[in-house]
Amino acid sequence: MSKLLDLQFLAGHAHYLLFIVLMMTGLFIVVDKTNLVKKIVGLNIFQVSVFMFYVSIGKVTGGTAPIFPMDDKYHVDKEALVGIAYSNPLPHVLILTAIVVGIATTSLGLALIVRIRESFNTIDEEDILHIEQEMTRDDNRKYGNAMGGLA
Amino acid sequence: MADTAVVAEHTLRTFKDHLPVLQVLVPFCTAPLIVLLGSRRLAWPLAFIASATALVISIMLMWEVREGGYVAYTLGGWAPPLGIEYRVDAANAFVLLLISAIGTVVLPYAYISIKDEIKARDHTLMYACWMLCFTGLLGMVVTGDAFNVFVFLEISSLSTYVLVAQGAGRDRRALTAAYDYLIMGTIGATFFVIGLGMLYMATGTLNMADLADRIADQGANRTVRSGFAFIIVGMGLKVAMFPLHLWLPKAYTFAPSAVTVFLSATATKAAIYVVMRFTFSIYNPDFSFTNNTLEIIFAPLAIIAMFSASFVAVFQTNFKRMLAYSSVAQVGYILLGISLLTETGLTAAILHMFNHGITKALLFMGVGAYVLRSGGAFYTQIAGLGRKMPITSGAVVIGGLSLIGVPGTAGFISKWILVQAALERAPDNAMFLAIAVAIVLSSLLAVVYVWRAFEVLFLQEPDPNSTATEAPLMMLVPMWIMAGACIWFGFSTEHLYEFAAQAAQGLLDGSQGMMISTGQGGAH
Amino acid sequence: MGYFELDTMTAIYAAMLFPLIAMAGNMVFAEFKNVRDTFTLLCAGLTFGSVLVVLSNVGNSITTPVSLFNVFPGVDVAFNVEPLGLMFALIGSGLWILTHIYGVGYMRGNNEKHHARFFACFCIAISSVIGIAFASNMFTLFLFYEILTVSTYPLVAHKGTPDAIRGARVYLAILIGTSIALQLTAVIWTYVLTGTLDFTQGGILDGKVAGWIVPVLLGLYAFGIGKAALMPFHKWLPAAMVAPTPVSALLHAVAVVKAGVFTMLKVGIYIFGIDFLAQTEASEWLMWLAAYSIIAASVVAMFQDNLKKRLAYSTISQLSYITLGMALATSMGVLGGAMAIAMHAMGKITLFMCAGAIYVKYHKTEISQMQGLGRAMPITFAAFFIGSLSIIGLPPLGGSWPKFLLMVGAADTGHYIIIGVLMLSSLLNVAYLLPIVGRAFFLPAPEGTPTKFAEAPLLVWLPPAITAIGCIVLFFYAGALQEFLTPIVSVSP
Repeated sequence: MSKLLDLQFLAGHAHYLLFIVLMMTGLFIVVDKTNLVKKIVGLNIFQVSVFMFYVSIGKVTGGTAPIFPMDDKYHVDKEALVGIAYSNPLPHVLILTAIVVGIATTSLGLALIVRIRESFNTIDEEDILHIEQEMTRDDNRKYGNAMGGLA
Repeated sequence: MADTAVVAEHTLRTFKDHLPVLQVLVPFCTAPLIVLLGSRRLAWPLAFIASATALVISIMLMWEVREGGYVAYTLGGWAPPLGIEYRVDAANAFVLLLISAIGTVVLPYAYISIKDEIKARDHTLMYACWMLCFTGLLGMVVTGDAFNVFVFLEISSLSTYVLVAQGAGRDRRALTAAYDYLIMGTIGATFFVIGLGMLYMATGTLNMADLADRIADQGANRTVRSGFAFIIVGMGLKVAMFPLHLWLPKAYTFAPSAVTVFLSATATKAAIYVVMRFTFSIYNPDFSFTNNTLEIIFAPLAIIAMFSASFVAVFQTNFKRMLAYSSVAQVGYILLGISLLTETGLTAAILHMFNHGITKALLFMGVGAYVLRSGGAFYTQIAGLGRKMPITSGAVVIGGLSLIGVPGTAGFISKWILVQAALERAPDNAMFLAIAVAIVLSSLLAVVYVWRAFEVLFLQEPDPNSTATEAPLMMLVPMWIMAGACIWFGFSTEHLYEFAAQAAQGLLDGSQGMMISTGQGGAH
Repeated sequence: MGYFELDTMTAIYAAMLFPLIAMAGNMVFAEFKNVRDTFTLLCAGLTFGSVLVVLSNVGNSITTPVSLFNVFPGVDVAFNVEPLGLMFALIGSGLWILTHIYGVGYMRGNNEKHHARFFACFCIAISSVIGIAFASNMFTLFLFYEILTVSTYPLVAHKGTPDAIRGARVYLAILIGTSIALQLTAVIWTYVLTGTLDFTQGGILDGKVAGWIVPVLLGLYAFGIGKAALMPFHKWLPAAMVAPTPVSALLHAVAVVKAGVFTMLKVGIYIFGIDFLAQTEASEWLMWLAAYSIIAASVVAMFQDNLKKRLAYSTISQLSYITLGMALATSMGVLGGAMAIAMHAMGKITLFMCAGAIYVKYHKTEISQMQGLGRAMPITFAAFFIGSLSIIGLPPLGGSWPKFLLMVGAADTGHYIIIGVLMLSSLLNVAYLLPIVGRAFFLPAPEGTPTKFAEAPLLVWLPPAITAIGCIVLFFYAGALQEFLTPIVSVSP
C-alpha cells in the first residue's frame, strides 16, 4: 500500500498525465473521425492507455521482474533472493486478458467494417448517415401513415 | 456395501459443490462443441440442452440460498482473494434464474425465427455465439471477482455484436447498429476496467468480498471515489442508463427478432445486477458519495428516462422500435428503485427486473411472430393482424397490459411496490411524494403507446392481400409460457416477493466479507 | 335447502366463474349463434342463482374475509359479503339476465357484427362486477375495477368506426388515467399509512392520519374513481355512448358507473369511516362539488338532442347523488346513496333499453325525430315514462326514496342549501325527461312517421317493460331494502 503511494509521490503525476493525454487522444479520435477504421484506431489508442495504466500500477519502486533469480545449475539462487523486491505481476496478468479482449474487439470491428463497405459502399460515417436517413424517409413514406390518420 | 454408499454420497456432494462453475461451464463448452461438430441439425438441440441444464443448475442454486447465506466456489482450488471466487447469494441466484429461464424458453421460439430471418449457412455459428453470449451473461452474474466480471462482460458483448449484426440479412442497418454498439460498448467496458484499476490501486485486491472489507476499513478516498465514477459510467452504458442509452433502440430494432427477445430480457438485467452489486455490496451505501450519486444523479436521470423515452415511444411507427424505447423507460423504473436506497425500493427494482424481463420478452416474441408472418413490424404492416393471428395477439395483449401495469399482471406488482417504496419515504422528504406521482404519471404514457399498438392490431382492417396466418406452435408455446408467467406473477407474487426481499436485504447488508469463504460456503 | 346447499365462499366463486364459463362458451360456439346465446343465458341464470344462494346463506350480516391467495406479504385477494356489495351483485347479475335477452334481440335486430366477441367481453365485465361487489379489501377491488375498464373498452369500440375509436379512446384515457394516476396513488398511500387495505367497519384511517392529508387523500380517491363520473372527469360517459345500446344500458347505466359510486361508498364507509369524515369535515368540499355536478350535468342534459347523450348526462347528475350521500357523512345520507344505486339502476336501464328499442325499430337517435312515435311504440314509451318518473323521484316509484333519505341526511347536518339543490335537480329532471314522452304521445307525427302499432321485436321491448314494473315494485320494498342495508352504517361491536 504505502509503496504504491510512494510511487504516486515520486513519479506518479508524470505518467498519469501521459495516460490521460493518450486516453483523450483516443477518445477524441473515436468521436471526431468519420472514417470507421480511424474510429477503431482511436479505440485502440484509448485501450492501450488503459493497458499502460495497469502495467504501471504494478510497478514497485526498485522492483525487478517477478522471476526468481537462478544460479548456474538453474536452481533458485537463495542468496540472491534476500532483499530482492519484485514488481506486482497481477496487473500484468490481468491486462494480458484485456489485451486479448482488445484484439478480439478490433478484429470484430474491422470485420464489421468490411461488411459495411460491402453493403453501403462507403466507410465514411457521414455518408452512411445520409444513406440511413434516406432509408428512414423511405420507410416513413411507405409505412408512416399507420391508422389512417387516426394516430 | 458401505463403501459404495459413501462414494455415492461423496460424488453427489461434489457435484452439488461444483454447481456455480457448472452454471457457466455448460454453455461455455457447448459453444465450441457446436462449431466443431459443424452440424446444422445438431446446433439447436445442443444449445437447448445446454440452456435447459443451466436452468436446472440455477434452480438448484436458488434452492440452496433460499434461506439467505451464500454458496462459494473457488476456481481451481486457489483460495481467494488471490484465486477467483464464484459466489452465489439470493441476489445473483435470482438474476441467474431469470437469465437461464429466459434463455431456455426463448430458444424453441428462436429456432423458427432464426430459420426465417437468417441464412442457413450462418445458423451453426449463430447458435455458438448465442451460447457465448449466454455464458457471458451468466458469468457476469455468478462471479465474485471484480475483474472476472469484465472478462465475462466482454464475452457477452463481443458475441452480442455478432448477434446484432446478423440482422443484416433483412436490413443492412443492423451492421451499423452493431458497429455503433461495439464502439460504445467497448468504451463502456474500458471505463469499467479503469475503475477496477483504481480500486486495485487503492486496495490491492479484486475479490468482491475482500474489496468490500478493505474499502470499509480504509474509508473513502479520492481513488476509490473516482473508481466508483468510472465503474458506474462504464456499466451505465451496458445498462442503457439514460443518457447512455443511444445504442439500444437501433440495436434492438435491427437485430434478428429472437436476438432482440433474448437481449432485452437478459443483457441489461445482468448489467443492472452488476451496478447493484458494486453500489451496495462493494461500496457501502452508507458512504455519502454513493448515497449522493444515487439520489442526486440516478434518481433524476431515471425520471427523465421514464418520461422522455416513453414520450419518444409514443410517436414511433414501428412496433419493435417502440418497444425498444419503452425498454429505456423501464430501465428508468429499475434505477429509480435502486436510488430510493431502501429495502422496499431495492425489492421493487429486483422484482421489476424480473417482471420487465418476462414482459418484454413476451412482447418482442409477439413482434417476431408478426415479422415472420407479415414481413415487418411497421404499424401498417401489422394492421389488423389481431384477427388473423388471434393466439399470438392474445399473448401480446397480456404483455402490453403488463407493460402498462394493469392489475392482474406482473407489471402491476412491481409498480405497486415501487410507488409504495417512494411513499414510504415521503414523511421525511416531500420530494418522494413527487417521485411517486412521477411513477404513476409516466405509466400513463405507457398506456398511450401500448394502446396505439392495440388499436392497430385489433381495430384496423387487415391488408386484403395479406396472407398472414397464425404463428407456428413452436413460437406460440414460448409466448404463452411467458404470458402465463405475466399473469401468474401478477396474482401470486408471494414467493417471488420474499425472494426479492431476501436478495435486497442481502445487498443492503453489504458484503459478508471474507469470513467463511473457504470453498464450502454456508449459511450465516 | 336440501339439494342446494352451497357454502357462501363457493357461491361467490361460482358467481364469478359462471360468466367466465359463458365467455369460454362464446368463444367455442362462436359460429352457432343459438347455442351460444342460450348457453350464455343459462350461465347468467346460474350467476344470479349463485348470488341468491349467498343472500339466503348470509342475509344482511357482514362475513369475515376469506383470502383466495396472498399476492405479496400484507396484500391478499380476498372476498367477503356485506349488504352493500350483496345488493350490488344482485343488481348486476339480475339485470344481466334481462340485458342479455335484450342484447340478443338488439344485436340480431340491428345486424351488428362480431357477436361472439361482444358477448365474451360482456361476460368478463360481469365477472369483474361480481368481484368488485364481494371484494373485501381495496386491492381486490382495484384489481377488478381495472379489469372492468379494460374489458369494456372493446365494447365501446365495438363498431370500429372512427367515431367509435375516438369515443373509446376518451373512455379509456379518462378511466385508466384517473385510476392509475390518482386512485392507485391513493390506495398505495393508504397502505403505507395504515399497513392494511381491508374494508373495516368504522374505517382504517382514523388515528393514522390528520391534517391536510385527509382531504387530499379523499380527493385522490374521489377523482381517482373516474367511474363515478364526478365533474370534471365525466366526459367518458357521453363518449361511451357510441357503444351498442345493451352496453350503454347495463354497463353505462348500471355496472360500470355503479361500480364507481359503489367504490366511492366503500371508500367513504370502510376506508375513511363516516364518523371520521364527519369529525374532520374533510368531505365538505366534495359535497359541494357533487352538488355542482348534480345541477350542471342536469342543465347540460337539457340541451342534448341525442337521446343517449341526454341520458348519459342525466346519469352523471344522478351518480353525484350517491357521492353526495357519502360526502354528507351521516347514516341517512349513506343509506340514501346506497339505495340510489338500486333505484337508479332500475330506472336508468329502462330508459336506455327504450332508447335502444327505438333505434332498433326506426333507427332514430335524436329526440327531435321522435315526435308522435308514441302511437307506434306505446309499450316502449310507457316504460320510458315510468322510468322517467322513477328518476325524477315521484311516488309511487322506487326513485323517490333515496331522494327523501338524502334530504333527511342534509337536514340532519344542517345543509339546507343541499335540500334546495335536490329539489332543483328534480325540477330539472322533469324538464329534460318528460318532454321526450310528451313529444312522442301528444305532438302530431311528421310525414313518414308510422302511426300504426308497430313495436320493436319482442326480445327488445319485453325487458324494459319488466324493469319498468320493477321500478314500481321497488317502491313498496324500499323499507325492506333500507333495513337490509342498515348494518353498513351501524358500527358493529
